[in-house]
Amino acid sequence: MSPLGAFFTYAALGVWAFVCLFPLYWIFVTSFKLPIHVNDGPVYVPFVDFTPSLHAWEYIFVDLRNDTLRPYLNSVVVALASTCLSLLVGSLAAYALTRVTYRVSLGAVGLFLALLAATVVAVVLAGVPWWLAAAVAIALLVLLLRALAGRFRRHLGNDDILFWMISNRILPPVVAVLPIYMMFQKVGLLDTHLALILTYAAVNLPIVVWLMRDFFATIPYEIEESAQIDGAGRFRIVATIILPLARAGLAATFLLVLILAWNEYLLALFLSTADAQTMPLLVAGQNATRGPQWWYMSVLIVLMVAPVVALAIALQRYIAKGFLVGAVKG
Amino acid sequence: MSSHREPSALGRFLERHADQILIWPAVLLLLAFSIFPTIASATLALSRLDLAPGGFTLTFVGLRNFQRLLFGSQQDHLLGTMAPLGPLATGLWLAAAGLVLVGIARYVVRNLGREPLALVVGLFGRVLAALLFLALLALVLSTNAPGGFPGSLVTTLVYVLGGVSIQFLLGLGLALLVARPIKGRRFFRVVFFLPLMVTPVGIAYGFRMLADTGKGPLAPIWQAFGLEEFAWAADPWAARIVVMIGDTWQWTPFMFLVLLAALETQPKDQVEAAWLDGAGPWQVFRFVTWPAIAPVAATVVLIRLIEAFKIIDLPNVLTNGGPGFATESLTLHAFIAWRTQDLGGSAAVGYILLFVAVVTCTSFVNFLAKRARGP
Repeated sequence: MSPLGAFFTYAALGVWAFVCLFPLYWIFVTSFKLPIHVNDGPVYVPFVDFTPSLHAWEYIFVDLRNDTLRPYLNSVVVALASTCLSLLVGSLAAYALTRVTYRVSLGAVGLFLALLAATVVAVVLAGVPWWLAAAVAIALLVLLLRALAGRFRRHLGNDDILFWMISNRILPPVVAVLPIYMMFQKVGLLDTHLALILTYAAVNLPIVVWLMRDFFATIPYEIEESAQIDGAGRFRIVATIILPLARAGLAATFLLVLILAWNEYLLALFLSTADAQTMPLLVAGQNATRGPQWWYMSVLIVLMVAPVVALAIALQRYIAKGFLVGAVKG
Repeated sequence: MSSHREPSALGRFLERHADQILIWPAVLLLLAFSIFPTIASATLALSRLDLAPGGFTLTFVGLRNFQRLLFGSQQDHLLGTMAPLGPLATGLWLAAAGLVLVGIARYVVRNLGREPLALVVGLFGRVLAALLFLALLALVLSTNAPGGFPGSLVTTLVYVLGGVSIQFLLGLGLALLVARPIKGRRFFRVVFFLPLMVTPVGIAYGFRMLADTGKGPLAPIWQAFGLEEFAWAADPWAARIVVMIGDTWQWTPFMFLVLLAALETQPKDQVEAAWLDGAGPWQVFRFVTWPAIAPVAATVVLIRLIEAFKIIDLPNVLTNGGPGFATESLTLHAFIAWRTQDLGGSAAVGYILLFVAVVTCTSFVNFLAKRARGP
């Protein structure tokens, strides 16, 4: 690299590093500011142009104490549990989609949709109880599938299953959240960890399947074949050979999905009111009637970002490698 | 070895049905969260919800919610105020229409020998995508003509197309720089990843602090230009640009990270061979590097497209959708309709968004991504 080229490279990288860091720096110093420092125009460096104060940290940790701690623990529990669940379910499905050729007959899908439509009509228009309609529909589906098995010739393949999974991610949460709210209300799980865990797991599942499929696709099939000859079953192969080999991909996917679950706001807004409230709600909650309480908000944002940064640095070497493998096949 | 142990009855059952057991949990989880929400929100989109004593009543109104949004009283909110096209815009639209027609004609000519059903399905998809594209182009042109005003659909398209392309170019540029043999690579990798970790609500409030012309950190700069009284939140395009800056700050890291990984997997000898053959930097990029990373590029752009259509936190916190509804995205439009108890309208907006997003994403996959990925 020529000296001039090196200069411009580092200049560009330096500028972008500044762009990335400055907003975070600003949030960080704001957490040590008094309201007067914020409202009377910008002050930049603690100890130089203003005296830092711990009042916001005191408020968050002493005055609010349990009202900070509870959402924080909720966030940790919900993010970790939902990430683990979607990673487990999603990687098994992703593995299956790379190793097994599924043939979903188009007729069966059509039958399923037709019966679903009939159920909806029966419930909405004819007032049949929903459990009765669902039971009849499921029984009919099983019977008809048995009777018609082998009649359907057109099939959907793995790519179609994959696209169906991804397409679930396109429906905007604003539209889906009210029915999900009604579902959890029906089973009495509103404002519980379980509701958030299940919802986040389902919402992030397509991303897991998509990313993990690429990681699994790069593992050569021969490794499994030799284990199969030794008599190892499929689940043993997955647990002892495949998952360890894909740990880089698992780490990268884990981090990405964890970040999504940790930061999610809209679904939490609907599904949790008090007991299961998560951190993003607390951050938004600092926008009081007196206007946003920037200093409290900043403390909470710092508290939210810190563990993720620590985790990302810890997983850094996996991520670098992880995305690398996953990205090859896209 | 334990693998020689006689498997139990349960073990044998699991093994025999392993192919099904692996995939069904994922399918069931997705079905559980998609069947009822889809049906219920579709029902809502076709109904009017009225608060009644002790609950609410749901009245079936057919497509009236959609009619109201597309042609009725809500038209200027969703689509915007349309103005007649000038000669330049008309020419642009006609040129685009011509190109689309040529493309469809070429597809028909090339695929005449194929199975009729496949041809009809392929043609249907292309005609649908083409019609939507031309309609949206006409909408964007006419709402931005003098006297017009863009609605939430046009604003969302600006966010999606503008934001995703800026993020892609920035991410690609940074990845190309960091992929060079430089010192401090790990530092830049971690630092450039940071913005993705902040909760979107936090980013939105953070940017509200930063963008304050009187009390924000950039206040001296605004003052130097005599703009400390400039209210960007009152100017439609300035407000939209601030929203897009926040979005770009958050999502460029994602593009950067994945593209950098793709660049690092590229075999070094190809690039060196091209250099030895006397190729310039641009030629190396165009004919060696780009083909190697194009499939990954297609994938990250698709993921971003899906997520960008759902942007809500930034405009909601930064501008509350204003001035007027200049910065309102479709998701925010649905949210505001929901807040004003117009649940039917809210669901209808959601379905319009779903339709536009699905056609855009499948078109992207079929017409661009497959080509980038090669045969």
